[in-house]
Amino acid sequence: MNAVVGVVFSSAFLAAVMRVATPYLLAAFGGLIAERVGVSNIALEGQMLAAACTGALVAGHQGSVALGAVSGIAVAALLGLLLAALRLHLGADVIIAGIGLNLLASGGTAYAVFALLGDKGGTSGLQSGSLPRLHLWGVERIPVLGEILSGQNIVTYLAFLAAPVVAWLLYRTRFGFHLRAVGEAPDAARSVGIPVRRVQCLGLALSGALAGLAGVFLSMGYVSFFVRDMTAGRGFIALAAVFLGGLRPWGVFLAALAFGAAEALAVQVGTLDIPPQLVSTIPYVLTLGALATYAYRRRRRSNAEPSRA
Amino acid sequence: MTPAQSPGGTPAVAAVAVTKTYANGVRAVRGVDLAVSAGEIRAVVGENGAGKSTLMKLFYGLEQPGSGEIAIGGDTAVLHGPGDAIARGVGMVHQNLMLVPSFTIAQNVVLGVEPGRRGRVDLKAAVEETARLAEESGLQVDPKARVDQVSVGMRQRTEILKALHRGARVLILDEPTAVLTPQETEDLFASVRRLRETGMTVLFISHKLREVREISDRVSVMRAGALVGTVDTAEATDRSLASMMMGREVTLEVVKAQARPSGAVLRVRDLGYRPSDAGVPLDGVGFDVAAGEIVGLAGVEGNGQTELAEILAGLRRPTAGVVRVGGTDLAGAGVAGHRRAGIGYVPEDRLHNGAALDESIADNLVVDRHDRPPLSRRGRLRLAAVRAHAERLVADYAIRTPDTAVPVGALSGGNMQKVVVARELSARPRLLVASQLTRGVDIGSMRFMYERVIAARDDGAAVFLVSADLSELLTLADRLLVIKEGRLVGRFDSTRGLTEKKVGLFMLGVERHDRGHIGSGLDEVTTT
Repeated sequence: MNAVVGVVFSSAFLAAVMRVATPYLLAAFGGLIAERVGVSNIALEGQMLAAACTGALVAGHQGSVALGAVSGIAVAALLGLLLAALRLHLGADVIIAGIGLNLLASGGTAYAVFALLGDKGGTSGLQSGSLPRLHLWGVERIPVLGEILSGQNIVTYLAFLAAPVVAWLLYRTRFGFHLRAVGEAPDAARSVGIPVRRVQCLGLALSGALAGLAGVFLSMGYVSFFVRDMTAGRGFIALAAVFLGGLRPWGVFLAALAFGAAEALAVQVGTLDIPPQLVSTIPYVLTLGALATYAYRRRRRSNAEPSRA
Repeated sequence: MTPAQSPGGTPAVAAVAVTKTYANGVRAVRGVDLAVSAGEIRAVVGENGAGKSTLMKLFYGLEQPGSGEIAIGGDTAVLHGPGDAIARGVGMVHQNLMLVPSFTIAQNVVLGVEPGRRGRVDLKAAVEETARLAEESGLQVDPKARVDQVSVGMRQRTEILKALHRGARVLILDEPTAVLTPQETEDLFASVRRLRETGMTVLFISHKLREVREISDRVSVMRAGALVGTVDTAEATDRSLASMMMGREVTLEVVKAQARPSGAVLRVRDLGYRPSDAGVPLDGVGFDVAAGEIVGLAGVEGNGQTELAEILAGLRRPTAGVVRVGGTDLAGAGVAGHRRAGIGYVPEDRLHNGAALDESIADNLVVDRHDRPPLSRRGRLRLAAVRAHAERLVADYAIRTPDTAVPVGALSGGNMQKVVVARELSARPRLLVASQLTRGVDIGSMRFMYERVIAARDDGAAVFLVSADLSELLTLADRLLVIKEGRLVGRFDSTRGLTEKKVGLFMLGVERHDRGHIGSGLDEVTTT
């Protein structure tokens, strides 16, 4: 037990939490925006995967990490628009459409990698490189804190900045206003002249782009290559974080961070003498536990609510 | 027929020979000429399906005319959408309010035209603007309150402020009083009059002739898509307007024989209820409803009548006391148990609880009896029997529909309610619990419902009628109870000579009966 506690309070662990939480944070904010615009984005997982694959392939072929990242994000945003088209123009069920996109991404990425590289497993043969790490001048020299905060991947900083940015976007900007109005009361939004479909399409594209950034981080930051199905359910866990966070930016931030911490813990504890199968269940057990707690608390709160006179 | 010119010069809004035919072939509006001069309050009345709402949608750009012209401020206007109408100074308050529940009132008022620069929203300016508009117009709201936490009346005022914020000079109110309490209705009328002083033109749609006569300067009557005529309100009577609407003489005065109550069917004793949600608690409620009588429940909305009705229907469980129907103690019985005991229930919110809107009329009419003969045999539904059953009820209850396969959601409010009432009454309940029986229903259907409920009473059913409409209660009820803050505060064992004003005093708590009077004559009922 002491070994676990020692691990948890080490600066290496906290730095790992930031790194591991990055894709959860970005994908969860993507999910949050989609949820707030009124279309559940079940396809977060597939969007991440497609972005991860596209990013690594483009970066490897063009020799430009930046171009790879931009292409990955663009592909994920396009998948967001595709979901919007399926849902809003063709009237498909959003869950079915999302599952379809996830399967498409899983099969499509494996096929693309095999067709281009002849490798069934991933792009490890391709030198695609990774996005730069930033060394924060000044912060670096602060003891402990410097070790945690500095030297992280650029995307990790973006992920942590996303919380205030998304909160500002949703609650302070005209676009955010329209987005929330459309998600909550589309008829009301339409009656005041807000272009409902356009807002929904933009929201889903933005949602996809954020998931794309999460995916790009996986193949060009977390590691420097694409592996088949490397997202490993992170998109779904991010979706859980969206609801666990109560559909609010800071709540979602905390929930995604907690999932990141759980996964980091699983990785760290894996070095100790505990069965690895057990360890790898930690994030999922935590997800279930957290959702149950959330449901229980919400029920208690609604029971405790004072009655109207 | 009124010519398309108004006495006061250029009309604020006008329709010239407007016709609208929907894609399904229904000619909703045919050749209507209507001109409303600036600063006038014009009521537009007509039965459901008479084309009033369609005409208003044409003025607001939600629909486009097939032929003819819409003119606003004297200029011919082609409105492609609400945006065009708003830009020309037309605002509309829809019957089902168009607000975002989690937004504050101020945020709803400015939605779509938010103050602020470069893509940002200036929330402080929104609050100030809302407060200013509220001050000027006399429409009192709390700009910082969330819409889902304020009364329906305040929500409606928010809708009007929304139109004012967009610079509306013409305001369309689509059945604004359907959801309001009498007090809120009076406040609304005061505000509307105040708006008229500032030159606002108001188009007021309603079924309620009494309100129309109170608020409007002139009344236009529509029937079957055509404009029957326009009269000065001062010269109109309920009777003359109703006969214009119906094309024949009608009154709401129903013939009601003296009630012949026999033994008590419903016995409620010391009923207490502690809500687990945001409901109203009930305390020490006790009363009887006998076979063959209609007992009305009056009260300002939100004083426990919804909770009481839902307890009687089995949708909520009381936390204390006894509810008995016939010899059955309903403690612990679910909704099905309540129905088996012989309770029929017409819920106040038919959109949510009364019918499955996406399902057909036929299916909605069998949901309480599909599992037994003659509608089903050995676990299989007999579709022919279901259809025949539906066709019989559609004919009996004069439900206006081309086909029983039409989803209930496609029907007008009055016909939707007829489906619910047809289902509940055809089950021949011992006790009928009906909440807001005629809310949002046109006069023809209203009268029909009244007759049916009285017929059910005369057949020996006990009827418990909850309504926000006092004239309805005084017309129908044989006895009347008044509820306030979850307790019974008034009991009238005869409604003869009882006035709305008198009941209103009890509803507001100015007067109350003592407990002895309210509980007199109730026999002891103990839990079994």
